[in-house]
Parts: sequence; C-alpha cells; structure tokens
Amino acid sequence: MKQLTISKIKEGTVIDHINAGKALLVLKILGIHPDSTETVSMAMNVPSKKMGKKDIVKVEGKFINEEQLNKIALIAPKATINLIKDYEIQKKFRVVLPEFIEGIIKCPNRNCISNSNEPIIPKFHVWFDGEVIAKCHYCNKKVQEISEYI
Amino acid sequence: MSRFRHLISIDDLDKEDILFILKKAKGFENIAKGEMNSKVLEGKILANLFFEPSTRTRMSFEVAMKRLGGDVINMTAQEASSVAKGETLADTIKVVSKYADVIVLRHPLEGAARFAAENSEVPIINGGDGAGQHPTQTLLDLYTIMKESSLDGIKIALMGDLKYSRTVHSLIKALTLFNTEIYLISPETLRLPEEFLEGLRNVEIAGLDDVIDDINVLYVTRIQKERFPDEEEYRKVAGSYKIDAELLKRAREDLIIMHPLPRVDEIDVSVDKTSHAKYFEQAFYGVPVRMAILSEVLSEVVL
Ligand SMILES: Nc1ncnc2c1ncn2[C@@H]1O[C@H](COP(=O)(O)OP(=O)(O)O)[C@@H](O)[C@H]1O
Ligand SMILES: [Zn+2]
Repeated sequence: MKQLTISKIKEGTVIDHINAGKALLVLKILGIHPDSTETVSMAMNVPSKKMGKKDIVKVEGKFINEEQLNKIALIAPKATINLIKDYEIQKKFRVVLPEFIEGIIKCPNRNCISNSNEPIIPKFHVWFDGEVIAKCHYCNKKVQEISEYI
Repeated sequence: MSRFRHLISIDDLDKEDILFILKKAKGFENIAKGEMNSKVLEGKILANLFFEPSTRTRMSFEVAMKRLGGDVINMTAQEASSVAKGETLADTIKVVSKYADVIVLRHPLEGAARFAAENSEVPIINGGDGAGQHPTQTLLDLYTIMKESSLDGIKIALMGDLKYSRTVHSLIKALTLFNTEIYLISPETLRLPEEFLEGLRNVEIAGLDDVIDDINVLYVTRIQKERFPDEEEYRKVAGSYKIDAELLKRAREDLIIMHPLPRVDEIDVSVDKTSHAKYFEQAFYGVPVRMAILSEVLSEVVL
C-alpha cells in the first residue's frame, strides 16, 4: 500500500512534483480561486527523492485539459500530471513547456502596451535555457523571475 | 506578394529582406530627389498617426508617399492627444484602417505598433514605439552606411548615449548580420545594456581617441541632459563626447560621420564642411528608403 499524504480521490487530476512553494501559483495558473466549485487539496513541502521537497495539488471531479496543464511548466517544469479515474491512475504525463503563452504572465515593463487600458491580452514567447525564460510579444522585455509576474 | 505585410521591428527582417529593401531604395533615389516622376502609388493613401511629436519621420514619409504619386492624411500630435483620451488605440486603428491603405504609427508605449497590426486591416509601419523599435531609422542608417561606406568588413564606432538610444540598439542588432567590427564609446553611466551584447561578436568598448584613426564610420548620438543628476555633471561628461574638425585631422580620409538628428552640440558645425559629414545625406536617404518600404508593403494590396 502506497503512502498518501492526502486522501485518495475517486476522479480528478493530481499534479505532482511541483517545485516546493509553488502550489498556490499552480492553482492561479489553472484559474482555480476561492469561489471556484472544485474541491482542491494541497500538500506542501512533501519530502521527495528526486526534488528534495515538492508540492502536490489534487483537483477533484475535474479533468483539466492538457493545454491548460502545460502552462504549469512555466513555474514547475518537472511537474507530472496524473489523471485519476475510479481511484486509479489512468494516464500519467509530464508537463511540456509551451512556446507561446497568452494571458498568464503580466509584462514587467510599465511602459508596455499590454499594461495599458487597451483591449489586449499579454502574450509571451517562452523557452528553456537553464531556467524558464519568457519574452513579451509586444515590447520584447525578457522575464526571468516568472513567478513574480503571474 | 510583398516580403512582409507590416514593418514592426528590424528583427522581423532577415538579411535578405534588408538587402532587398536597400536595393529597392537605390532605384528610388532619382524619384526621391524629384528628378523623375512616379505614379506607382497613385490612388493610395497613407495615414500618419503620430501620438508623439516628430518632424523628420513624419515629413519624410509624407514626401516618400507623395513622390510616388500617393496621398497622405495626417493626425497631428495635438489631435492624437485628444483622441487618446477618449478612444483606445485599437479603435483608432480599426477606423483609420478603413480610411487609408497604409498606416505609419508613432506611439509612446512599447509594443504599440505590434498591437496596432493585430487590429488593422492595412499594413502598419512602426514609426517609433516608446523606447522600443524604430525600424525605418535602422534601414536608412544601413542604407547610408552602404552608400557612403560599405556594409562589409568595416569598423564602426557608436558613440554617445548607448543606454537609452533605441536607434543604437536596433542598429547594433542589424549590424551583426553584416561583417562589421563595432566599437562602443560612451560615458560609464550610459553604456550599452548587457542584453544587447548577448550573442554579439566583434564588439569592443573603446575610447574615441584610441579608434579615431582606424574607424570607417562614426555614429554619434545625443547625450541628453535629463540623464544626469545635475547640469554640471552633464556638461562635464557631454563635453568629452564632442566632435570637431580638429579631432578629425587624425581620422581616415574615408571616415563618415552619421547622426540621427536633431543634434545639439555633439557635432560642431565646423565638421559640416568636411567630406566626413554625412548626416544630412543620411536624413535625405530616409526618403528613398521609406519609398521602398511603402511600395513593398503596398504591393500585396495591389495583387
Ligand atoms: N486515487 C488517487 N487519489 C489521489 N491521489 C493519487 C491517487 N492515486 C495516486 N495519487 C497521487 O498521484 C501521484 C503519483 O502517484 P504514483 O504514480 O503512484 O507515484 P510516483 O509518481 O511518485 O511514482 C502521487 O502524489 C500520489 O499520491
Ligand atoms: Zn511587454
């Protein structure tokens, strides 16, 4: 019997191997707020062989689509997704960093058109170079501490 | 079909696109000077949308369009500021792109031109967006270097405010496509930001005295007073980044001096009479280069 930090869920999405401390940001990326209807449980600072410490997020009764889940790679490039059905893992995969992101990162450049009152969604080109790097589609500003701009 | 629909950033062009435009500009020089008439853009209308004041860029686009037989409508900075209060840029662009066949936009916010392109039915040419891009300036700079010197195997020094000058930033990027050696000459506090040095080879920080007898091109930019804590500090620093005829005695005979203009006093008028001075030619080359750009983005519309 495997040891589970939080109780088993019947159906839903488990996001594992999140960098410690980033669980709440993962929820933010997934658009889950206090007034959302999903039941969410979180485990933070769980000891992990691979990562030292990690966070885990479980969203009950909901399968989040892959495109949405891949956005997690922005802050947790090692995250693994487990889709659970009837208490069993149905599918397991690692998030893949998207090349282009809309509407998650806010541009740090205050003089950028994406921070004005125009009808505009911030867009970023994203790549991995030792760390995740994002570049504003509009003003070319590079963002390195992405967590701070989500 | 045109090679590009909009011209937003010099990075959107590859070396071949750039050489194509420069070559095309060469063919337009006679028309730009008024020695030959042209009607290639007859019936086409350019809208100048300037949310920030500019004389040179706006006027040279207007001349370029008219010399090619096209027409121009202008929104002045004053009109723009009252529009800006009540209407989004997105809406302004949607409306004006119904009136005109091509739009030249200058805007104080970075990324404005790329956003405008998303909202426009007609080509957008970036005439400068905040501290961001000014690709037509870069193309005319390259054209000047090509015509008055060479784009291949030269040594070029960029001098003055290398930190804030968007002209310098895009020119450096473009120059790396060519085989040039670049020297950076600036006060300590106005050095080129690291991010522009990334991936650059053949770039060196230098002093004017050390390179003046060796360079082929000296590109001078203005050092602005506002960048300094006080007047005295400014005068001390700016004073050592001035060019006069005396200094040029040590220069190569084929050295050319460029400046995006307007100058204040970084180039002494005594330089104007020397064969080195090319900044007024440079300003003129804005016309054939902008003609080439206009006819290129409008060629798709003609189909
Ligand atoms: N039915 C379930 N309900 C909730 N969480 C589950 C369920 N099944 C597995 N998990 C969680 O999904 C993650 C991946 O599970 P597993 O593949 O067994 O472990 P690992 O990836 O560490 O080898 C673990 O955090 C585990 O606790
Ligand atoms: Zn931006």
